[in-house]
Amino acid sequence: MATDVHRPVTAPAVHVAGLTRSFDGRAVLDDLHVDIRQGEFVALLGRSGCGKSTLLRILAGLDRDIEGTVLVPRRRAVAFQAPRLMPWKRVWRNVLLGLPGKPERAVAERALDEVGLGHRAAAWPKTLSGGEAQRASLARALVREPDLLLLDEPFGALDALTRINAQRLVGELWQRRGCAVLLVTHDVEEAVLLADRVLVMDGGVIALEQRIDLDRPRDITGPRFAELRAKLLERLGVSTTTEAS
Amino acid sequence: MTIGHAPLGPPEPDTTETSKPGAATADPAEPSPGLGLHPVVPASTRRARVPRWLRRTAGPVLLLALWQLLSITGVLTSDVLASPGRIARIGGDLVADGSLASAMGASLQRVAAGLLLGTLIGTGLALVSGLFRVGEDLVDAPVQMLRTVPFVGLIPLFIIWFGIGEAPKVAIITLGVTFPLYLNVYAGIRGVDAQLIEAGESLGLSRWGLVRHVVLPGALPGALTGLRYSLGIAWLALVFAEQVNADSGIGFLMVQARDFLRTDVIVVCLIVYAFLGLLADFVVRSLERLLLQWRPTFTGR
Repeated sequence: MATDVHRPVTAPAVHVAGLTRSFDGRAVLDDLHVDIRQGEFVALLGRSGCGKSTLLRILAGLDRDIEGTVLVPRRRAVAFQAPRLMPWKRVWRNVLLGLPGKPERAVAERALDEVGLGHRAAAWPKTLSGGEAQRASLARALVREPDLLLLDEPFGALDALTRINAQRLVGELWQRRGCAVLLVTHDVEEAVLLADRVLVMDGGVIALEQRIDLDRPRDITGPRFAELRAKLLERLGVSTTTEAS
Repeated sequence: MTIGHAPLGPPEPDTTETSKPGAATADPAEPSPGLGLHPVVPASTRRARVPRWLRRTAGPVLLLALWQLLSITGVLTSDVLASPGRIARIGGDLVADGSLASAMGASLQRVAAGLLLGTLIGTGLALVSGLFRVGEDLVDAPVQMLRTVPFVGLIPLFIIWFGIGEAPKVAIITLGVTFPLYLNVYAGIRGVDAQLIEAGESLGLSRWGLVRHVVLPGALPGALTGLRYSLGIAWLALVFAEQVNADSGIGFLMVQARDFLRTDVIVVCLIVYAFLGLLADFVVRSLERLLLQWRPTFTGR
């Protein structure tokens, strides 16, 4: 599993060309072009309603009323903002849900161990805290060994402290697994912290593409970090005068 | 009051006071003068001396005693309502000679058959119309129409169709059971969280996998609610069905008792009906406790 995530790969993990998705005649995605390389961590920023979640749902195969070309790997997994665990299945059964064949409980326990939740394998989802449930949802995504991991604001509902830990966990898991990741978020800091590349969506297209050339692990107090954050915030239409002082 | 010997000397600094356990424990015993301090009495010492269960049983017992008194004094004659003592004795007799057991057996058999058939039909129809849009179009409208017919009104028709044996009785129970189950299972299926369905899809579940792992477990709470309603209606339907041409069962005992003005037997039968209803409710509650332990809202009522 020791994949070098920074190896030069030419084959893309995601290829989207000329993608259009309309709701009642209004084009939410309008002739969109996106490519994600294998093993690349891409963050997708944008204001609410800009179509970033729509793009994620299309890549996940949950929305097929589309025009254009969308190429995705066969093995892909989604973690949503809400954990969406089946409340009637214990955690380990949730993790194995939908896997082909009859996988052993140990498979689920390994995935849960990876997110630090091995001791809760037999728990009911209702007994998990918000952070634990989100980690279980992450384990459920990772156990599929995806080539593309789609994260739809997975930290949005977590409290600030839990979020920091969860972000770190996602960064570590990505470096270990080496899968391509598309992270949809509205948190600029999170995007700069985790991503190789940040895309800003506006008006149904990619309005800005920003490579994040910071070394990992990243220091959120560094000047270059602040600069990138300010630039992205500005593109999103948020004034950053307090940042400048 | 303790004003007379209140300490007037310079108070010791707080830091030393906390290090001296003797001073800290002595202080609350001598409240400082000026503030009229009141003790907060723990709730447990104010509790009533009569335990709650005793108070709750006192009401029914008093009622029974009054009933017995009225019977003994002749105000309540036995052809209006038999005395509790007589009812208890007759109940014992009916148990002893086996007639109550055989009547209960016959009645339970009818309810079981009707419940089984009604559950199969109601759940089956709900699955068809809940899972498939074509099924909904074909099944839902007729079922909703039939639902408005009071099923008890169909007894004459059922007697013409099925005669006066067991069939019309089971049929009337089946009919009563079918609709609440249909409605609740159907609502349960359609009420399953769309987000969970989507999550199931994203996990690669097939259509059947979605039904099995997401839709059906999600509809289970509704189905059990439906079952509870159905059981209530099943007993009601049984009472109606057994008043008509029964030659066995609790209803038959009651009809016979009516002809001989035996109010004692009638009351015994009513008690048996109530007992059976309670038993059925207990069974469903146990089922809920077993099958719905995952539910965040479930408190184990």
